[in-house]
Amino acid sequence: MRAFAALLDRLVQTSRRDARTALLADYLRRAPDPDRGTALAALAGGLDIPKVSPAALRALALSRIDAALFDLSREYTGDTAEAAALAWPARPGAAAPPRLSEVARGLAAAGRDGAAAALPAWLDALDPAGRRALLALATGRARPGGPPLPVAEALAALGGADPAEAEEAWRACPPPHVALFAWLEERGPRPRAGARPAFRPPMPARRLEGPDPPALAPADWIAEWQWDGLRAQLSARGGARRLYARNGADISAAFPEILEAAAFDAVLDGELLPVRGRNAPGGGGAGLAAARRRLGRAGAAARPGDGFPARLMLYDILFDGAEDLRGLPLAARRARLERLFARAAPPRMDLSETLAFDGAADLARLRGLCRERGRLGLALKRRDAPYAAGRADGAWIVWPRAALSVAAVAMYVERGEGAAAPAAWTFGVWRAGPAGDGLVPVCKTARGPGAAAGRRLEDWARANAVARFGPVREVEPALAVEIAFDAVDPAPRRKAGLELRRPEIRRVLGDRPAASAARLEDLERLLAPPGPGG
Amino acid sequence: MSGPAAESWIRVRPRGLYVVPGDFYIDPSAGVDTAVVTHGHGDHLRPGHRRVLATAETLAIMDVRLPRKRGPERRALAYGERIGIGDATVRLAPAGHVLGSAQVVVEHRGTRVVVSGDYKRRPDPTCPPFEPVPCDVFVTEATFGLPVFRHPDAAGEIARLLDSLRLFPDRAHVVGVYALGKAQRIAALLRAAGYDRPIRLHPALGPLFDLYRRCGVELGPTEPVAAAAAGGRGGALAGEVVLAPPPSLGEDWARRLADPLAVAASGWMGTRRRARGAGELPLVISDHADWDELLRTFREVGAPEIWATHGREDAIVRAATAEGLRARPLSSIGAGPAA
Repeated sequence: MRAFAALLDRLVQTSRRDARTALLADYLRRAPDPDRGTALAALAGGLDIPKVSPAALRALALSRIDAALFDLSREYTGDTAEAAALAWPARPGAAAPPRLSEVARGLAAAGRDGAAAALPAWLDALDPAGRRALLALATGRARPGGPPLPVAEALAALGGADPAEAEEAWRACPPPHVALFAWLEERGPRPRAGARPAFRPPMPARRLEGPDPPALAPADWIAEWQWDGLRAQLSARGGARRLYARNGADISAAFPEILEAAAFDAVLDGELLPVRGRNAPGGGGAGLAAARRRLGRAGAAARPGDGFPARLMLYDILFDGAEDLRGLPLAARRARLERLFARAAPPRMDLSETLAFDGAADLARLRGLCRERGRLGLALKRRDAPYAAGRADGAWIVWPRAALSVAAVAMYVERGEGAAAPAAWTFGVWRAGPAGDGLVPVCKTARGPGAAAGRRLEDWARANAVARFGPVREVEPALAVEIAFDAVDPAPRRKAGLELRRPEIRRVLGDRPAASAARLEDLERLLAPPGPGG
Repeated sequence: MSGPAAESWIRVRPRGLYVVPGDFYIDPSAGVDTAVVTHGHGDHLRPGHRRVLATAETLAIMDVRLPRKRGPERRALAYGERIGIGDATVRLAPAGHVLGSAQVVVEHRGTRVVVSGDYKRRPDPTCPPFEPVPCDVFVTEATFGLPVFRHPDAAGEIARLLDSLRLFPDRAHVVGVYALGKAQRIAALLRAAGYDRPIRLHPALGPLFDLYRRCGVELGPTEPVAAAAAGGRGGALAGEVVLAPPPSLGEDWARRLADPLAVAASGWMGTRRRARGAGELPLVISDHADWDELLRTFREVGAPEIWATHGREDAIVRAATAEGLRARPLSSIGAGPAA
């Protein structure tokens, strides 16, 4: 438990991917089975433990802690579980600290009502950090937050496996993953999902930058729209059905209508799209935002008649029944997908159309249609390529639609972490206020300017800073910059009510006065129109 | 011990705790005629006094930290040495907080008041341990006067730092520390854990390390950070420990280090909220008594009356009251009509 608590405490403080990979790999290398697999499940969200309610937690705390002192503690930490953990009085001579796996098994066996009764003996035996980790586990909050954990990389570092392979084996092997570690340490066979609807790492696409169409032989490639939705994997195997996000998160509960429609035995790759109007695949803007909100609310929003029922736009097949098709060329998989689609005729699903093109000029023409049709760009796929997870090898290419641009004004600059990291800039546009025009922030980005221009920009910021808050400088509202961006998304929690998608610094508008930069109304006009429910 | 109630001869004045029969202040916040100073931290040792009584170590720290010109008249008191000031007697007892730190034991006509200053109860090789002195009134600090403050074993926290050095040998580990006390304690803890590489010091720390050494504290080899970090634009001191005051971590020298990994060392690091933004490795290492140690100390000094200051008085007053003590915040002393 102590090693797990130390790991959790460090992951909470660290968002850097390389550092998190090293921390996780080091723990997994050193901790014994089944603790390490239990830890992995707890951190990545795959541990099935009934949650102790806040009320039960408080009652537990008050069994040992004076109520007034506990309330002061709760107020100070801002968190009931942490206050209870830290304020729990030590019991000298208590039993040896429990192992993580023992705690997880005990909590699962105790069930929702019995868990609180199991906790005191463990709390007595642990140090403050251990108690905090224990109660995080018991309240279902042992995930460290921040960006997704680099589990695949950490597992790969453990055994010299390829990250995509390691991820597939991890998903195929239920907690506490004992067979997974045995395989990574070359003591056992590779775990396989068999007939279970496990997640398979998806095939990534390489992003093509710039306005020039790629030089592709039309005979070797197929083109599709790049849909503006959520990439999803639908796994219907052996009678069980699951829907996964591209990071492997199980989003089945948020989209029951899709699962219901999956009356076949296959694993499919596609894009979840909110439906706009009757049966028409829509995408983007408010509908997409609503779909994302549904992920947060799980099944709650999935009532029939909800503003945005979803459809699944299918474009690949990984398994047809028990047959693994991933080694087949795309053309063959596509034929199998079409056959399955014709056979099963699943409601709420569509086939992503393939777009005929006969050369670069034709691709450019198709790309030019993207914005008005609400597509993100073009997806270009080699006909002979197998379905390969892992690093994008160029067999799939996304050529995004042409960016929009806006003249915005620099407001703040935040120093990057480490000597080489670029600074992150916040840009705003003008908005009328009671005291005249003021700037309202619309995006923050470190992307775009390149090393030399980036340094010149930072020099300018140092010379024109008006205030400093730790690593952040507020600068004179005097620098107009052209920002390229893909779209304007609604953002109700932002002051501007909107934000730019994929903002990038294009160039400094040296000769242009800041006062002539864009106004908020200009961006509001570009907001995707709200869907039928909003 | 039964003399006049302490409240009748100890007052809380705007400049601090004032002992009427001796006409002196303890740790006054601004210049006074006579000050008894518990230790060298900036919130206890202020400039501008005419006369200062403190341990020889604290006076030496004063010479390093405060400008020397027009320095005060000084009187060094060894631990245990008694001195009469007016109608009061004073002696100093070790507080275990930092080098030279002392409790002030004041007696007047048979009543004994102990003013703890800052104190801790854990072993610390850089200063003598806290000595419980039986008294009628114990004026206690309460910096960590909430039950959520339960400091773990410092050796275990140092083990986490060593573990990080093992795991990230390509990164300079920069520990943000107070220049007085915490810096030297971290060095001593590292040595106790068997770490024998030179520890790199921010320039602000050098003079106090020298002073600790002159006072006989073993800290092992140290080197100024400047030399190593001066050249080039990065990559210096990979896998080494650098000690520096926290505000300096954003300075340019820190950007020349090899991918610096920020470590914090403070009793405040025990809660997530305070640890947030404190770097990748917050260590809970404190030079103050934690909650359990505050209450244990009250029992050991046996004082029927506790006056609490410097922290969360409400919680510690409540807990001490529950143990049958007469406890209140120091700020209430002499503030209203005498009870």
